[in-house]
Amino acid sequence: MKTIKGSSGEWDIVIGMEVHAQVLSNAKLFSGASTAFGAAPNSQVSFVDAGMPGMLPVINEKCIEQAVRTGLGLKARINLRSVFDRKNYFYPDLPSGYQISQYKDPIVGEGEVTIDLKSGESITVGIERLHLEQDAGKSLHDQHPDTSFVDLNRAGVALMEIVTKPHMRSPEEAAAFLKKLRAIVRYLGTCDGNMDEGSMRADVNVSVCRAGGYEKFRADGSFKHLGTRCEIKNVNSVRFIAQAVEYEARRQVEILEEGGTVRQETRLFDARAGETRSMRGKEEAHDYRYFPDPDLLPLELEQAWVDAIAASLPELPDEKRARFIAQGLSPYDASVLVSERELADYYEELAQGVDAKAAANWLNNEILGRLNKAGLAITECPVPAAANNAIIRMTADGTISGKIAKDLLDIVWTEGGDPEAVVETRGLRQVTDTGAIDAAIEVVIAANPGKVEEVKHKPKLAGWFVGQVMRETGGKANPAAVNAALKARLNLPDEG
Amino acid sequence: MPGSSSNDLTAMTLAGARDALKARKISSRELTAAFIAAIEAGRGLNAFVTETAEVALLMADASDKRLAAGEAGALEGLPLAIKDLFCTKGTRTTAASKILGDFVPPYESTVTQNLWNAGAVMLGKTNLDEFAMGSSNETSFFGPVVNPWRAKDSNMNLVPGGSSGGSSAAVAADLCLAATGTDTGGSIRQPAAVTGTVGLKPTYGRCSRYGIVAFASSLDQAGPMTKTVRDAAILLASMASVDPKDSTSVDLPVPDYESVLEGGVKGLRVGIPKEYRIEGIPADVAALWDKAADWLKAQGAEIVEVSLPHTKYALPTYYIVAPAEASSNLARYDGVRFGYRAAHPRDITDLYERSRGEGFGAEVQRRILIGTYVLSAGYYDAYYARAQRLRTLIKRDFDAAFETCDVLLTPSTPGPAFGLGAKTSDPLEMYLQDVFTVTVNLAGLPGISVPGGLTESGLPLGLQLIGKAFDEGTLLRAAQAVETAADFRAKPAKWWAA
Repeated sequence: MKTIKGSSGEWDIVIGMEVHAQVLSNAKLFSGASTAFGAAPNSQVSFVDAGMPGMLPVINEKCIEQAVRTGLGLKARINLRSVFDRKNYFYPDLPSGYQISQYKDPIVGEGEVTIDLKSGESITVGIERLHLEQDAGKSLHDQHPDTSFVDLNRAGVALMEIVTKPHMRSPEEAAAFLKKLRAIVRYLGTCDGNMDEGSMRADVNVSVCRAGGYEKFRADGSFKHLGTRCEIKNVNSVRFIAQAVEYEARRQVEILEEGGTVRQETRLFDARAGETRSMRGKEEAHDYRYFPDPDLLPLELEQAWVDAIAASLPELPDEKRARFIAQGLSPYDASVLVSERELADYYEELAQGVDAKAAANWLNNEILGRLNKAGLAITECPVPAAANNAIIRMTADGTISGKIAKDLLDIVWTEGGDPEAVVETRGLRQVTDTGAIDAAIEVVIAANPGKVEEVKHKPKLAGWFVGQVMRETGGKANPAAVNAALKARLNLPDEG
Repeated sequence: MPGSSSNDLTAMTLAGARDALKARKISSRELTAAFIAAIEAGRGLNAFVTETAEVALLMADASDKRLAAGEAGALEGLPLAIKDLFCTKGTRTTAASKILGDFVPPYESTVTQNLWNAGAVMLGKTNLDEFAMGSSNETSFFGPVVNPWRAKDSNMNLVPGGSSGGSSAAVAADLCLAATGTDTGGSIRQPAAVTGTVGLKPTYGRCSRYGIVAFASSLDQAGPMTKTVRDAAILLASMASVDPKDSTSVDLPVPDYESVLEGGVKGLRVGIPKEYRIEGIPADVAALWDKAADWLKAQGAEIVEVSLPHTKYALPTYYIVAPAEASSNLARYDGVRFGYRAAHPRDITDLYERSRGEGFGAEVQRRILIGTYVLSAGYYDAYYARAQRLRTLIKRDFDAAFETCDVLLTPSTPGPAFGLGAKTSDPLEMYLQDVFTVTVNLAGLPGISVPGGLTESGLPLGLQLIGKAFDEGTLLRAAQAVETAADFRAKPAKWWAA
């Protein structure tokens, strides 16, 4: 859905995003206080975080390294000189009365993220910049009837604000971008990507324009081709992003079709009602009085230091996906497998020395299905990747049948154990002995004389016979052998 | 100690007291007790916001033990006064503002920690202009400080300069051996000049700003206020340090300043900036300036005229940059976490407006408003961005001047101490007090004010020397030469102790 059909014609949807990603670091951006989630209120607050008189910020090098690492993962330009600015406003959860952020000179410049859509199409979303800033604390208004409380544990925690260009065109693309970005930072180990804990949240900018406006914008870069945008604040799940974009785009089209104008404003997404609501207009926007923080010198990085970080980057989703495709996976399977680093790691261990396609199918059809049903993550899978690898090998070399393979997985899933040992102790080896298969066929024929007649003019019924014989052999018979023997016994023609 | 009264003890220099303590001629306890008595007798000067006699005696006793054990630090047992802008752990720190209320810091500033590590004794916290904003110490919530000096045949109370007016008065009145000050636009040098004392503003980054209540972060610098140039050298050596808690502090070794004092000025090139010969400069100020050049020349220095062409932009630049930073630095005083909070706020906006409206004095509010204005959208480029460019030009002026000279010589102030209330009605006239000193802060350079002589009416005038960045050694050496030649021995009559 890149366009919305209105009564007056088609409208393009245009989406940009600002993602706040909490930097994975033990300490805050400018103080030594801990960043662990879920601690008792105000137990992780240094004098600097609390804005006490005479306290000064000191840059935490780890956070800088993480921002650079993320920038490199976004194939972005790293700015060797960047500046921290103060963004001034009053709020009780902002102790010093200003947030230290980066305004004119961010640490990371333009980059890009490639997203793969279900259709098989890939699109590139431009990254405008990435800058570092402090998180604010949390105001609690529901603890007491007439008093508000403030928890400063989050105050001063390092955030990366990642700003995209308006290069997304549909709710699906917006959701896919956020998923991809989350995968990248998780691969890099620079953000845990846990949206429900607030370590990743997105502000989504949505506008609509007459069909064709977006292409003109891409051609000459002029924003005049695009409509007025509304910013939807703090959307905290991939699913909500898609819902919010869809709702907001339709709302704007409705206004425009009725001859109205879209007001530039900040809106909130109400997940329960599935709608966006106005929070404040442009005219109510703060004057933040940005200026360079005189307590901090401009941040100067050395190219060699950046290069060393670049050299230590792990294989990222795009590279991994390309490698998987080269190994024989379909682009879709490869995309699914690289979407999470843990899943890709699991897959690689499971696929050691076996057919890649078979391994991917096994993982997609058997493991992920079971995990889904149990509500488990790949990291919580009760069957180690190596055990799955053994099952796939035994299936491939004919030791067990495909049917037995699934039963075997069920056994080791619930009871544990080494699959090879289970095959031996439970006698699950595949039967290729034609004598045993012939005997089973005779039993089935004897028990179903009607079907034997029927199959003569209805050759498709052969499949039913295969199933019966397999059951008779406890699933251990080699299906190919059963097929051949049945055809011979029932005089069935070869399928054409 | 037989034969010496407590008066003699308080009249000692820091160096003299140090040597007497080391030689065990006096004890820190008796020295400290003498100052405690002097402070009590001098309460009429209003130099102290908080006296810490008990703490002082405990520290003195500990020092005496270390002195006896031969473990003395560089400032062992020496009683000092601390400007009440330095956070002192467990001792109320006010910045002379109502808004800090009874704030007791749970931490110590790096500079004062350095002093205590060297064995110094804290006598108390000295008065200042509120948040160091002022040149007369009249904006203090705790009332004005009175200058120990009075004009000949006059009973009129004069201002001690500002913002470090409590410190300058305490040093001049022998209420302490020496004091700490901070200097954002002249707040050490101007009060030193009008009280006949020595005040040194070090190079920006020489002393840590950690734990000093911030006024304008890119300009603030702590420094010593003393009776002699030697004392300033001694005190600076202990105050200065690089500090991992202050990213703007600089990691350069701290030299033994005292050891280079007597090096003389033979061959030293002393620059006289022609733009400092401003219109309306009083004759005695100009005469003293010329005399000082002659003193240095007589000791072998070479006098060269230099030009600092952007000098006239210094005050306007300063009054944009400093309020801009202050407006942001003072945002944390919001009545939420510490300090003064207005009673019964209706909502959060009311809490902010009334806490800040009631908690900040008029001058502080004026500067917050100026600062907020110059940073606001649509005005930033016209004011703040332009001021920053001018600041760069002012710095370049000094760089160019220092190609032809080693130090600069100027007056410290446009005149001597003035009467209480004389300039409070016109902020611009008050701001002119800093005309010779603000350039140094804008350029981040070290500057020192040394007593040069008395006006006809018997009030002290100061001479300012300006050095190259991190060249406090040369600066102190030149200051020593001025001090020796000036031979300034005048002391205020102790009218307040009567």
